[in-house]
Amino acid sequence: MLARVTGGIALAVAVLLGLVLMLLVRESWPVLVGGGWTRFFVGDGWFPSSGQFNLLAMLWATLAASLGALLIAVPLGVLSAVFSRFYSPGWLIMPLRRVMVLLAGIPSVVYGLWGLTVLVPLIAGWEPPGASLLSAILILALMILPTIALTSEAALAAVATSNLQGAAALGLSRKGIVLGVALPAARVGILSGALLATMRTLGETMAVLMVAGNVVQTPASLFDPVRVLTANIALEMPYATGDHRAALFASGVLLMLIVTVLAWLAGCVGARSNA
Amino acid sequence: MLKNPYRLSDLLMTITVWFSAALVVGAFFWLLSDLALHGIAKLNWSCLVSAPENAGRDGGIGPILVSTLLILGVALLMTIPLGLGTAVYLSEYSSGALARSIRMSLDVLAGVPSIVFGLFGNALFCIWLGLGFSILSGGLTLACMMLPIFIRSTEAGLTAVATEWRHGAAALGLTQAAALWHVLLPAAAPAITAGLMLSIGRALAETAALIFTSGYVDRMPDSLSDSGRALSVHIYDLSMNVTGGDQSAYGAALVLIVLLVVINNVAASLADRFLSQRITTS
Amino acid sequence: MSEVGDSQKIWGWILALCMAAGLNSAALADAQKLVLTGSSTIAPLALEIGKHFEKLNPGVRVDVQSGGSTRGVIDARVGLADVGMASRALKQEERDLIAHRIAMDGIGIILHQKNPVKSLNDDQIRAIYTGKITNWQQLGGEDRKITVVNKAEGRSTLELFLHHFLLKNPQIRAHVVIGDNQQGIKTVVGNVGAIGYVSIGTAEYEEAHGMPIHLLPMAGVPATVANVRAGRFPLSRPLNLLSKGTPTGLSKRFIEFAQSAAVDDLVTAQYFVPLAR
Repeated sequence: MLARVTGGIALAVAVLLGLVLMLLVRESWPVLVGGGWTRFFVGDGWFPSSGQFNLLAMLWATLAASLGALLIAVPLGVLSAVFSRFYSPGWLIMPLRRVMVLLAGIPSVVYGLWGLTVLVPLIAGWEPPGASLLSAILILALMILPTIALTSEAALAAVATSNLQGAAALGLSRKGIVLGVALPAARVGILSGALLATMRTLGETMAVLMVAGNVVQTPASLFDPVRVLTANIALEMPYATGDHRAALFASGVLLMLIVTVLAWLAGCVGARSNA
Repeated sequence: MLKNPYRLSDLLMTITVWFSAALVVGAFFWLLSDLALHGIAKLNWSCLVSAPENAGRDGGIGPILVSTLLILGVALLMTIPLGLGTAVYLSEYSSGALARSIRMSLDVLAGVPSIVFGLFGNALFCIWLGLGFSILSGGLTLACMMLPIFIRSTEAGLTAVATEWRHGAAALGLTQAAALWHVLLPAAAPAITAGLMLSIGRALAETAALIFTSGYVDRMPDSLSDSGRALSVHIYDLSMNVTGGDQSAYGAALVLIVLLVVINNVAASLADRFLSQRITTS
Repeated sequence: MSEVGDSQKIWGWILALCMAAGLNSAALADAQKLVLTGSSTIAPLALEIGKHFEKLNPGVRVDVQSGGSTRGVIDARVGLADVGMASRALKQEERDLIAHRIAMDGIGIILHQKNPVKSLNDDQIRAIYTGKITNWQQLGGEDRKITVVNKAEGRSTLELFLHHFLLKNPQIRAHVVIGDNQQGIKTVVGNVGAIGYVSIGTAEYEEAHGMPIHLLPMAGVPATVANVRAGRFPLSRPLNLLSKGTPTGLSKRFIEFAQSAAVDDLVTAQYFVPLAR
């Protein structure tokens, strides 16, 4: 009975997802049929008014920004979760969690505004123009930190106390318990948190749009301005018609494909570590 | 003999962990103090209840607060039952083909850019279902965006509940539903609460999806079918589109953060009360 | 089975809610309601005009939705909106709609306050934007890299700029591409070497309120709201309301109100340029 109820709900959610997919495909259909897939990966670049829809530069920029943000935020987030589970004095745990929840709820436009008025000028003083891959990475890292910290903390909290006590009884040091017992036991939870964060970095729009500089080019250094796929959609969608609009939707499909591959990879890793 | 290297690496670990936490907190206070510095002058009681004037530069945010809460309410009303149901299904019957494909599609959904959700919500709720630009459309669109986050963290929590708990519950002769209700959900409470808080945060922070669904009208809504501007849309408009709106934007951002603290506290305490008491009382 | 009934009940309830909302909005449509969609630039102004129109006409509701000029054109064409908004002149293929001008907006070049360059001619601006000049030293300024701030594809200010300087967008070597006016101003404020183009009213306001920017004259004409209004400034665009065919009824009254001298204060308060009458 439980299976039926929850299955029914799950099915409804699946239908909803199907609708989102259908919309994406329907809207991008004209350009997919009209020019074929290849036109997104060949050609001089992204010049929608002259029918050139090469997405590669923006694809690299998107991946670079996500990867950079993860490299910063995953260690920091996991470590601060470890801090609040194993190192923090008791009175500090709740305030720290509150801080994380707050950070998670600040609108991306506020992150963007802050990045544009504080972070970008700081970088511009160092290496103009300031609006760059680096600023996008830093803002994204700040935005996903709370997601990683909170999910890691929840995963660590779910590690059975008996396991930890057993490890302590064996004479393991705190570091040994954290690295040898707690983190490995919580890895699935941490991984799913990191996956959520990756989605967020790939899907984030407003904040990146405000700080990344939005020039369509393959990033050659951290200080190069770049345009990510989402920013491209947000910048041009309100003004796009016809093939241009379809191409923007197609870039949404591309983004979704990337996420699907990632989710699949994470699923494989999760399955292997469960076994 | 081995003691010293152990001590040293333990010390290093402690330092690293403390340093990371301090860095995170430091970044947060840098951000928050900047916001407070710019926005505090705009804040007073009357601005919370009065209507915006002069495109939001003057006046308050009363109607916008009401719209924001209504949109969030609609979204939560959809997300919590659907999310809990799906998460339970995924964690208890995870081997099925349906579960696998749902889990995969949820992850995909989490990666759809918010502006695409906005266009989707506009097409499905506003036009196809005839809800128009309305709080209902906005809330339903937000629910679609919150579901992946909420389901995934709830599922992770349920899966992590140790197998002994399940065996114990089965040994006690509890039905599957009773075990779920009395044992598994309470044990997964921290993860569910964390997921809920993340979803609420995501919902309150959402801008792009709401511009196309709940809309731009800053009048006090009469019903759920009225268009109502969300706080984050207001902040975006003031900071990016309205000349001289920066200070009001920072003020509104501060209000949003305070609102988030309040809602999270309420949600957390409700979830705690609802989920964790049954372990002891039954 | 009872739980299945429950889940059906939930769906029934949701459906009922949706239908109730649908009926509700249908009922409201009978009341005097005017829907405007389109240009995010015009939206705040239209909102204010709408509020005054509501005060003068009790029982009337004006709902303004933003989303870009192109959206305004499409919505007005298919009837999703009673009146569209477009912050540009209509294109050739959009002539099935009628544009009603309610205000003007001038576009001016801005530099950072600390930049000693006080004027640039059209050729110099063209050279900067096409990447032929990359350092302010070449223009009599300090030894500093030029950061070229350009607008994103599709924006009407970009089209105006390109048209005036006889450029094509692929020729431009931008370092920062922006969406809205405020982003342009904040970008120039944060970077001493930056050059950008934004709405003159906005720039005048920000300059007067201590933002470290300055407007450059264009072809010798100072970039001021007064010059735009008098039609002396070379770079300006109309802010238009759009209607499908000749407007009638409420739309007609609203458009007439929005074009009247009664809204000049509102136009000025949004830092746009009232029509010359």
